[in-house]
Amino acid sequence: MFRLICGRLLGAIPTLMAIVLLGFVLMRLAPGGPFDAERALPPEVEAQLRAQYDLDAPLHEQLARYLADLARFDLGPSFKYKDFTVAELIRDGAGVSAALGGAALVLAAALGLTLGCAAALKRGSRFDAAVMTLAVSGQVIPTFVMGPILALVFGLWLRWLPLAGWGGGRPAFLILPVITLALPYVAAIARLMRASLIETMNESYIRTARAKGASPARILLCHALPPALLPVVSYLGPAAAGLLTGSVVVETIFGLPGIGRYFVQGAINRDYTLVLGVVMLYGGLIVVFNLATDLIYGWLDPRVRRS
Amino acid sequence: MSGAAFSATGRIGWRQRLRRHRGARAGGAVLLLMAALAILGPLLSPHGADVVNWDAIEQAPSGAYLFGTDSVGRDLFSRLMLATGISLALGLLATVVSVVIGIGWGAVAGLAGGRVDALMMRIVDVLYAMPFLFFVIVLMAVFGRSLWLIFIGVGAVEWLTLARIVRGQTLLLKNQPFAEAARACGAGPLRLLTRHIVPNLLGLVAVYATLTVPQVILVESFLSFLGLGVQEPLTSLGVLVKEGVETLETAPWLILIPSLWLAALLLALNLVGDALRDAFDPKDR
Repeated sequence: MFRLICGRLLGAIPTLMAIVLLGFVLMRLAPGGPFDAERALPPEVEAQLRAQYDLDAPLHEQLARYLADLARFDLGPSFKYKDFTVAELIRDGAGVSAALGGAALVLAAALGLTLGCAAALKRGSRFDAAVMTLAVSGQVIPTFVMGPILALVFGLWLRWLPLAGWGGGRPAFLILPVITLALPYVAAIARLMRASLIETMNESYIRTARAKGASPARILLCHALPPALLPVVSYLGPAAAGLLTGSVVVETIFGLPGIGRYFVQGAINRDYTLVLGVVMLYGGLIVVFNLATDLIYGWLDPRVRRS
Repeated sequence: MSGAAFSATGRIGWRQRLRRHRGARAGGAVLLLMAALAILGPLLSPHGADVVNWDAIEQAPSGAYLFGTDSVGRDLFSRLMLATGISLALGLLATVVSVVIGIGWGAVAGLAGGRVDALMMRIVDVLYAMPFLFFVIVLMAVFGRSLWLIFIGVGAVEWLTLARIVRGQTLLLKNQPFAEAARACGAGPLRLLTRHIVPNLLGLVAVYATLTVPQVILVESFLSFLGLGVQEPLTSLGVLVKEGVETLETAPWLILIPSLWLAALLLALNLVGDALRDAFDPKDR
């Protein structure tokens, strides 16, 4: 177990390095800098600013310094939001994004697994057909189409829920964004779960269990579900990362003050350190989610654990 | 030997299987209709896509304007047809780009084997784990918003899966008797690749390419929705959805029509792609 974790973390280093390098080079090659304003700054002021943020050093020195800071989890100061460090800005938005992504993940997993199992057990029924039709459409309709339509119907026409905004974190403001973000994943999980459970139910050990007189509930929960969950679990790692990526759009549609919005604004404003910081955060989260996926996988499937 | 990977003789060929598939027929019909409208749209509509009519701002759908007008009085039907054409064209072109890169990378890795293969596939793994959409956003925000960058950005994301599939297939193909025979006849690696391996891959690649097109359209619309994609005076489906969101309260048809249109297009593409995959899949025969 310990070796698996260490190996995985070491294996993630090339990926994270590639992310830093690519991000760093991309931002520095860009025409225009963070201090371009409507009115040009006097040259001496700009030189002073550049010196303050180390922008006058050679590129490789800047990179070395950034990496050294990064090793101490210091993401540096923001170029645009004066007096704020990137870490402070990210901490500001993290609560909103985590609430949004976390709630969406829970909803997607709970609803997707339930619908998928139910559809598999009633295979060929009307219910099954309805779930699968919904799942296919849920998977193809992009969040930036679903979000505005939900906002239009429930926010504007029916007036059941607030149209947009954060509202100081009241749950009502989160309902539409969470549903919007979760729907494609509900659909994908339901499809995977159904296909996987149908396959597992045809295995010979399920027949054995039935022959020994196990109750249907016991067969489902103790014999069929653990192995059937494997493909779903391996989907959940990338899905969790996708929920974070998707939150960029959802935060933009619903005007939520999360990390995703900072990121888009930062990219447009050329706030190098902020953008790199957010990308690093997402890169790190992807690594962590993939590791968690592997650990759960081993827990569910003894064959993986032993090898 | 072309199509060797698939032509294991079932009772019916994939063409019949495809034709019997109800979803594929419906999807194909919708696709054809949309493509025809995108091409013929300018002839059908009495209004130009970029003609501003200040006397007809945010008009609801009516006889004069079939799908209504937008916030500066342009005809939504004409703009929708233009956007469909651009989204489809971008989708197809970027797919071609990603297919070419994917085949090249995967086939070379599979054929070379050994350390080269390990290194090339490791690079794919590393790229897979990157939050690519974020880099594309940065790319667009920083370097301006040209159509070329959309290609590069989307192409960079979409070739990875294809490279993996092609590599796996190449590993299978390169040890088959016909490949050995070609080698025995003195075919070099390049000739083996272009004349014997790649032609055998094309069926499988075509199937996955069909499923790549909606992916590409999705990424492009996503970028356009954030204001980082296609720019005025051109337009794409993502741009129209974005504009629709801005007038959500006063002109709901501006969001409803482009949204449903985009959803229908993506659904149709996916139906056809899924059906193609099923038709080619030897497991179900």
